[in-house]
Amino acid sequence: MSLIKLIPSAVAILAATTVIASARDQLQISGSSTVLPYSTIVAEAFGENGDFKTPVVEGGGSGAGRKKLCEGVGEATIDIANSSSRISQSDIDLCNTNGVTDIMEVRIGYDGIVFASDINGPDFVLTPVDVFNAIGGTVVKDGALVANTAKTWADANASLPAQDILAFIPGTKHGTREVFDTKVLLEGCKTAGAYDLFLAASTEADDGAKKKDAEKQCFTTRTDGTSVDIDGDYTETLSRIAANKNAMGVFGLSFYENNTDKLKVATMNGISPSVETISKGEYPVSRPLYFYVKKAHIGVIPGLKEYIAFFVSDEMAGPGGKLADYGLVPDPELAATQSAVEAETVMGPLQ
Amino acid sequence: MTARPLNPRAALDTRESLLVQDPRTKARNATEKRFRAYGLTAIVVALLALVWLLVSIFGNGLPAFRQTFMTFPVTLDAALLDKGGKRDPADLAKATTFTYGKVLATSLGAEVTAKGIDLGAVQPKDLIKMISEESPATLRNLVLADPSLIGTTIDFTVLASGRIDGYYKGRVTMESAALDKNISPDQLALADRLKTAGVLGMKFNAGFLTMPDASDKRPEAAGLGVAIVGSLYMMFVVLILALPIGVATSVYLEEFAPQNKFTDLIEVNIANLAAVPSIVYGILGLAIFINFAGLPQSAPIVGGLVLTLMTLPRIIIPTRAALKAVPPSIRDAALGVGASRLQTITHHVLPLAMPGILTGTIIGLAQALGETAPLLLIGMVAFVRDFPGAPPDGLFDPAAALPVQIYNWTQRGDPGFVERASGAIIVLLVFLIAMNAVAIYFRRKFERRW
Repeated sequence: MSLIKLIPSAVAILAATTVIASARDQLQISGSSTVLPYSTIVAEAFGENGDFKTPVVEGGGSGAGRKKLCEGVGEATIDIANSSSRISQSDIDLCNTNGVTDIMEVRIGYDGIVFASDINGPDFVLTPVDVFNAIGGTVVKDGALVANTAKTWADANASLPAQDILAFIPGTKHGTREVFDTKVLLEGCKTAGAYDLFLAASTEADDGAKKKDAEKQCFTTRTDGTSVDIDGDYTETLSRIAANKNAMGVFGLSFYENNTDKLKVATMNGISPSVETISKGEYPVSRPLYFYVKKAHIGVIPGLKEYIAFFVSDEMAGPGGKLADYGLVPDPELAATQSAVEAETVMGPLQ
Repeated sequence: MTARPLNPRAALDTRESLLVQDPRTKARNATEKRFRAYGLTAIVVALLALVWLLVSIFGNGLPAFRQTFMTFPVTLDAALLDKGGKRDPADLAKATTFTYGKVLATSLGAEVTAKGIDLGAVQPKDLIKMISEESPATLRNLVLADPSLIGTTIDFTVLASGRIDGYYKGRVTMESAALDKNISPDQLALADRLKTAGVLGMKFNAGFLTMPDASDKRPEAAGLGVAIVGSLYMMFVVLILALPIGVATSVYLEEFAPQNKFTDLIEVNIANLAAVPSIVYGILGLAIFINFAGLPQSAPIVGGLVLTLMTLPRIIIPTRAALKAVPPSIRDAALGVGASRLQTITHHVLPLAMPGILTGTIIGLAQALGETAPLLLIGMVAFVRDFPGAPPDGLFDPAAALPVQIYNWTQRGDPGFVERASGAIIVLLVFLIAMNAVAIYFRRKFERRW
């Protein structure tokens, strides 16, 4: 085909396609990579049983998902943001500026965070203090704050195996890290007495700033190579442990449950993590998972309300449902969520 | 002796014979030998790295092309599947995949009894866990498409669950199954007995190339169908946009444009754009095509447009080189017999430059095919299960792409996805090798020397 014919035909095809662009008939979901597997399981079941198309689900992180949700209203914007942490005031402000005023908050259940090591390694019976004493940057020794020099887990707590300390913890961009920081490091820091010492040593002016400073000190991990931040996902942590049998890694419960033949889980405060112990509140390290819905799209994008209702239905998010099967810890207040979804209740201001 | 005229070279020329190497020659020869050794080492290292890469990819990925299936007669019980009894499509749709799962489990149980296979310690209700969760959906679609099947018994082939498939591929062992909550050694032993009875077996897995992606709960059903279609759509968009625009730009710059500061500026920019990191085009695409023009997310049209931007300089540069390579005498001759400049170009210069242009285009397309980074930002790194429609409408439907599918699968928790990701790399490599082979073929076939 000669050039002279090619150019007009290309332009014609492009013009034709732009005119044909039709209304969107499938949901667009984006956000947390922790919620992603649950979201795809629901999307798949939703697509094969209902009259609607299978929703398109994207990862990318909780913060990125919420930002996309707040970009505005209309077909070119997403309908649902998955999130492994609660929406922040700055997100809500951004939403309001862009005309996204009505947001529904749906809590789908809880996610446990577990410590696991190679399947053939020794058993670990951990407490938050042990973890803090092993990987915290500054620890308490004889009532004084000193840089952490513990070489093996036995140095942190004599009852633990004498295995070299090497911990793979989630990088700071992960929502998981926040939970790890507050539920493990801070707890351990307080029990070890380091928090009070940090507070006393702080040079900040008022009490609030002092507390923040002390918390920050508690969250500081060792930089001598014994505590490694993993910015990738759990598959990276798993392959690092496979290459380094002495290492201990931080995983989501569902990831661990699908790799029980390679990983041995550590107990925390004597409790072994499982869907049951987390839903009873016995296992201490867990967090709620959410998704946020743009209410303006209900009735506009087909299947939106049906998808949310399907997600929180008993056969999906309930005890013994498909998601619990995969490792989601069911929410004891699921019935309240179901009726809130039915009534399309919009979330109130953050407390 | 002093009568001999003083030769300035005599002091240097200590060599006694041409056949004996002096120290400097020896040193030079040794340097050359060392250089050759370095070169050879570099090639050997590169080859070893390639071999290691290919061995690991093929070792991990080839099993993805074979899959464990189970074939047994399935009784489609009308009492369960059509409670109204009127074969009304609305009624039929009420039977969910859950019901079809029960139908499959009952039928498998019946087959086990009929063939006299020992269930061992496996409970009849746990039989369903040996079948892929995908299969009830496949059966349901089959029945919805042809309601006359209800009440009959059909021979139906289902995918075995991911763990059983892994057992026959060496990923799962009796020891690991004992620690795994998704499968028990008893189920594996039963699978062995099913295999002996001919119910269960491995065969070529065409579904890997035709089926869409699947969730973490069913790695055995995940396929590349949507990704291949999405990649083809994007390549189509890139081809119909980048080729004409790239060729037109090159012809204008090469044959018509005056040589001034402005055209110099354009040339420098084109050369620079070829080196810009591809993620930058993704940011541009998000801003222009999605946020400004309002095109849909995750759509091959947007992916294609972004990749077009990226590919353009990579087509323009070899095209200009190909045009430059056409001897001026051809142009002079054409102009000399009275052809216009456009006629000269369309009748003589372009046909002669065509092999070079095609080679450049195909290599540009191959690069675009393997590109992931710009697609991250426009929503194509997503879980897409529905196939996009036929073009041109389908260009606006969500789709995945091959490299993106690989990236997605490497992040999944289930170990079954490791083999899928490597299998997808093999498919992508085959596409790339095919495209490069076509490019080499064109170059060889139409190459002209002057």
